[in-house]
Amino acid sequence: MQSVVFPNKVLPYLLLAPQIVLTVVFFFWPASQALYQSVLREDPFGLKSGFVGLANFRAILANPDYLHSLQVTVVFSLATALLSMALALLLATSADRVVRGRNVYRTLLIWPYAVAPAVAGMLWLFMFNPAMGTFAYILRRNGFVWDPLLNGNQAMWLVIVAAAWKQISYNFLFFVAGLQAIPKSLIEAASIDGARGTKRFWTIVFPLLAPTTFFLLVVNTVYAFFDTFGIIHAVTGGGPAKATETLVYKVYNDGFVNLDLGSSAAQSVILMIIVVALTAFQFRFVEKRVHYS
Amino acid sequence: MAEITLKDVRKSYGTVEAIKGVSLDIDDGEFVVLVGPSGCGKSTLLRMIAGLEGITGGDILIGGRQVNDVEPAERDIAMVFQNYALYPHMTVRQNLAYGLKNRKTPSAEIDRRIAAAAKTLEIEPYLDRKPRQLSGGQRQRVAMGRAIVRQPAAFLFDEPLSNLDAKLRGQMRIEIKRLQRSLGTTSVYVTHDQMEAMTLADRLVVVSAGRIEQVGTPLELYEKPATTFVATFIGSPSMNLLHGRDASAGWSLAPDVARPNGDFTLGVRPEDLSPILANGPAPAFEATVRVDGIELVGAESLLHGRLENGSELIFRVSGRARNAIGDAVKVGASADALHMFDANGHRFG
Repeated sequence: MQSVVFPNKVLPYLLLAPQIVLTVVFFFWPASQALYQSVLREDPFGLKSGFVGLANFRAILANPDYLHSLQVTVVFSLATALLSMALALLLATSADRVVRGRNVYRTLLIWPYAVAPAVAGMLWLFMFNPAMGTFAYILRRNGFVWDPLLNGNQAMWLVIVAAAWKQISYNFLFFVAGLQAIPKSLIEAASIDGARGTKRFWTIVFPLLAPTTFFLLVVNTVYAFFDTFGIIHAVTGGGPAKATETLVYKVYNDGFVNLDLGSSAAQSVILMIIVVALTAFQFRFVEKRVHYS
Repeated sequence: MAEITLKDVRKSYGTVEAIKGVSLDIDDGEFVVLVGPSGCGKSTLLRMIAGLEGITGGDILIGGRQVNDVEPAERDIAMVFQNYALYPHMTVRQNLAYGLKNRKTPSAEIDRRIAAAAKTLEIEPYLDRKPRQLSGGQRQRVAMGRAIVRQPAAFLFDEPLSNLDAKLRGQMRIEIKRLQRSLGTTSVYVTHDQMEAMTLADRLVVVSAGRIEQVGTPLELYEKPATTFVATFIGSPSMNLLHGRDASAGWSLAPDVARPNGDFTLGVRPEDLSPILANGPAPAFEATVRVDGIELVGAESLLHGRLENGSELIFRVSGRARNAIGDAVKVGASADALHMFDANGHRFG
């Protein structure tokens, strides 16, 4: 790295100021507030709060509701990540084979990413709403008892599909780029070596996509953990009977609906630790292990 | 082991015809080099034999079997790519084994073939390394190994040495030739480097603009180029060409030298020209060159100059040049060193 010396002492800081302000206001300040709140307990009327040490954390980790929420989150995140990545990979490999009009396909496939989470949630809610949804109607017509408002598993499927659908575009973009980065001669060498179709995909293409796949796995897990609040809020509201209440949704529910600020803050601190761990995992492990050249 | 036959092979991209009807017979065990400038279609031709490009006309036969619509894997060929195309996620051993495993070769046989190939190519110490841990030359050997273990009917080489430095390129050239001889496998080799082509080939195929210009042994092509294109492409520095209508403008030809009627082009190689001694016999070809550049290339010197009419002429002298820039030098060549081409650029006589 070449070190550059700015003759002006003030300008560099001015240039960095917008980013610094944003980070401080929207990250450091709320994060410090969460840390502070997580060791306090409010009285029932919100008049005063007292220091309780790690009592909030002990309470959360001993609470079956929290552990249930953790389990819901893991199931939801893994299912969302795997479903969206699998579909994106399928679409990307298909789009890679298309010769005529490939740019049109690609552009169309990228559109869902531009849809806001809450709107994406509403779309799926309307389609599968037991009372008025077209698909709900079709499912029932075919003898399938469809009622995500009562059946927790069905509600889970609905939010998973909605969350995965929105993420497919993003994964698709990365997979297409990953596929394009594989030298054509490798594919040709494999075809001369007698590997065709699925065999070639699993022995050559997929291993070479590993860096992309690992990167996306982390990104999608983070997405499913933290960015799906809008979808869950719009589609199920965490229900029925907390069947789709993920950790982030529980932070919101406990803090802003039930006004248990101490517990909510402690939960968000745990989430913060999870993000840090995931990011560290990506940098330490993924970046080192799965790159080839 | 097999012969390869191309019969009027064509390839069009839309309305553009890239390969304009190529016919070629390659004998069993022969080392044929396709050579030509970039974009002439030589790589396309090779890829068509491999089955990586479809053909739009004609027939390709490998070992007497028509393979026009046969998958690359079913053609019983192995290819060495310019960038080696080694599978980066596999070890060298796995790279070599991949093609055999796909063909359901018994694992004892795979081990035996890998051991033999590794010994021949001296890559035994690297068998358990990944390609990224190898140098360019080692990767090149592994790529060769991947072709050898398959024991195919033919090897196809697509400019395999162009990513190596000059010294290594020279070494690998000799090794490839030796290997091909000992295995006796039919080989087709593509290069744009005429030096590489000359040293490797049993037979050379000069390709230009999607057509074959000439086929022959390196010596035939050097001594009797069929067209002006081949004449200038084979040999370095390339052959001097002078237009017949300019005769007397700085050069002359003895009257008894056979020449085509009408317009013609005269070719003479720089190495066939030499300064004329004042009292020596009069040569068939004579020219007076004003020297404007001297290159000392080791054991010999190349003198660049211009004739009175502005035509460029290069000639070669051994050792250091005794002339200086600006000197007018009289050079000559004997009748058997002259190449005559008619107005269409085809060889005469």
